[in-house]
Amino acid sequence: MGGARLALGLTLSLILQPALPIFAQPTPPQPAAPPFVTGPEDGQWVIPQKNFANTRYSDLSEINTETVKNLQVAFTFSTGVNRGQESAPLVVGSTMYVLSPYPNILYALDLTQPGAPMKWQYNPKPAAAAQGVACCDVVNRGPTFANGRIYFTTLDAHVVAVNADTGEEVWKTKLGDINRGETMTMAPLIVRDKVFVGISGGEYGVRGWIEALNAEDGKSVWKAYNTGPDQDVKIGPTFKPFYDSDKGKDLGVTTWPADAWQQGGGTVWGWLSYDPDLNLLYHGTGNPGPWNPNQRPGDNKWTAGIFARDADTGEARWFYQTSPHDLHDWDNVNEMILLDMEWDGQPRKVMVHPGRTGFVYVIDRTNGEVLSAKPFHALTSVTGVDLKTGRLQTNPEKEPVNNRVIRDICPTAPGAKDWNPSAFSHKTGLLYIPHMNMCMDWESVEPNYIAGTPYIGAEVRMMPGPGGHMGEFTAWDIREGKELWTINERFPLWSGALATAGDVVFYGTMDGWFKAVHARSGEVLWQFKVDSGIIGQPTTYRGPDGKQYVAILSGVGGWAGSIVSADLDPRDGTAAKGFVNAMRELKNVTTKGGTLYVFKLP
Amino acid sequence: MRQLLILSLSVLALAACEREDREYRANPVTSETEEKIALSPLSAGPSGPTEQRSGLGQQYEENAYHIAQGKRLYIWFNCNGCHAHGGGDSGPPLLDDRWIYGGQIENIVQTIREGRPNGMPSFRGKVPDDQIWQIAAYVRSMGRNVPKPAAPGRNDDMHPGPAEQRRPPGEVMDGGQIPPAAQMPQ
Repeated sequence: MGGARLALGLTLSLILQPALPIFAQPTPPQPAAPPFVTGPEDGQWVIPQKNFANTRYSDLSEINTETVKNLQVAFTFSTGVNRGQESAPLVVGSTMYVLSPYPNILYALDLTQPGAPMKWQYNPKPAAAAQGVACCDVVNRGPTFANGRIYFTTLDAHVVAVNADTGEEVWKTKLGDINRGETMTMAPLIVRDKVFVGISGGEYGVRGWIEALNAEDGKSVWKAYNTGPDQDVKIGPTFKPFYDSDKGKDLGVTTWPADAWQQGGGTVWGWLSYDPDLNLLYHGTGNPGPWNPNQRPGDNKWTAGIFARDADTGEARWFYQTSPHDLHDWDNVNEMILLDMEWDGQPRKVMVHPGRTGFVYVIDRTNGEVLSAKPFHALTSVTGVDLKTGRLQTNPEKEPVNNRVIRDICPTAPGAKDWNPSAFSHKTGLLYIPHMNMCMDWESVEPNYIAGTPYIGAEVRMMPGPGGHMGEFTAWDIREGKELWTINERFPLWSGALATAGDVVFYGTMDGWFKAVHARSGEVLWQFKVDSGIIGQPTTYRGPDGKQYVAILSGVGGWAGSIVSADLDPRDGTAAKGFVNAMRELKNVTTKGGTLYVFKLP
Repeated sequence: MRQLLILSLSVLALAACEREDREYRANPVTSETEEKIALSPLSAGPSGPTEQRSGLGQQYEENAYHIAQGKRLYIWFNCNGCHAHGGGDSGPPLLDDRWIYGGQIENIVQTIREGRPNGMPSFRGKVPDDQIWQIAAYVRSMGRNVPKPAAPGRNDDMHPGPAEQRRPPGEVMDGGQIPPAAQMPQ
């Protein structure tokens, strides 16, 4: 049966495929997922990124371009919290794990029973006051499974380990202080016996760091700051950055006005990647604090960049700064997808990174050399990346001046693309990027540092970019550095993407559509209207019955959707750091929610 | 004609007295006013809650100087970081009609001083008492719950909407809604 379907699918794809230019020069192969993530598909989804390379690709293909039109709801589940649901539903064995936004309740659902009833729930009871220092809704980006446990972070900056079978707390460690504006929203990454987590709070003058905890008991193994003296940053003799601007002693101090690095941001709240062959952990660093760049002359190391660190010791190996002396809140927290590809005839181990700055970076992950940086968003404030120096080229006309409104800056403060992760199809070799199409007006003003309150110094209002739509879903040819097709969406895309071997790619929209599109043509093959807007991460798995399922959380919110989730007043365009100016209509389109939807074929 | 002009000017000046009245550091910095207010319109017994207001709140919110100072202090103490220019962000909006912890100036003073459990920090001992009253008076002006002549007439920074003075008079719905995330299941 499966074989017959496969054969049919192959025949169809041969017939449907456009004629290949057989006599043209042989083109180099498309990039490929590295061997350490291409083993046989186990049908589970145990970490939000799917694998250490962050490809978010499943080899399951029962749901494919032919069958996807028949998808129907298998079961639903309410998270009980109607704030922004950015989390990824995980499946380990025959259990599904769902994590709510604050108050960060973890639910386990039994997939062997009809309707997937709840097995247990675990409530870490985080401090309610933490909501007051969460910049952009009270979101959480997912739990992670390893070693028989579920690990996750809580809004009040604790990390917890829960027994995956029983829901019992194994350990709980406090790593931050909400009185200093420190919170946690990211999904941890577990490599063997270590849990890697970082701190959020780049809008509160937090001094960013990443920490490795012993997975067994939650005790600290190493901790590296992203501003300050080399010793704190774990920069030593093995640190070999590719570009000269990153070479020198204590740059985390000398590229700042006196002591400003102590409130300098560079938080870690995005996606972590890990290369087991190189034993390198990759993490981004957030925006420098405050947003107003005129307060912090200098390159503001080591904010708004990418670190490669030895996973065992935390020692930095290389760093690349995507936005030196960051002008517009361009955190470098987006996913870094680890791939192998041919570049100028040579095989290279690369990372592909669609950044907030508006470029898709292809970076040699062994040494931090930028191989290419191609724009995927309308740009007015940046012009390119100088590949000799690695430096982002900015347009002086759009640089902030205190107390002057600078208009039509693209991309915006949340960037060409924010946290919501892309997917890479191992089959098509393409990257699927959910992103924005927006511009903004920006006025720098002098901020005031008061611990535990925002430290921003900018007035912002955002608006749609060229064309009037605010969201785009783009299939990206990494080698050529250009888009193959793009689907325009009315609202910014704040949901992640999922790629499957069925050549179907999934994503959700803020007005509540869950969509399946053809991985090669971009044709929308199936869509379903859920109860609230979608800002979550779709995942897929093989159920205990052997069938393929697709899961997504609905529930609008996040920075872009806080106008709905936090009941903001649309009369003030600067609300939600200027996002409300662009999102006024969202209130007329969707309401709050918090529901898991799981789909299957009949 | 000239006499008429002088007369009308002095009448105008008199009428504006309350609006322009200033007190320089009315209270010692560390003192704290004690208004007797309730957070609920409901009370034990049929008569409604027992409240006692000193009238200080009215003095503040009918005074343009206090409101203008409040507008400046609102930025200084980073109120805008969480509440934007009234539209809200991590904190709830202030220019709408929903007041979770009461919308009278006395309630707002108490909210700033004590903090509130879902993320509002306590500013007691950090902001002098008279400045808390000024900030509260400005907050009241956002939804135009103060007299029109006392409300600020312009914004110094990026134009987020019409200035407070040009907004229609607002309503105050006490109680509002607890932020849904605070309603913890289980």
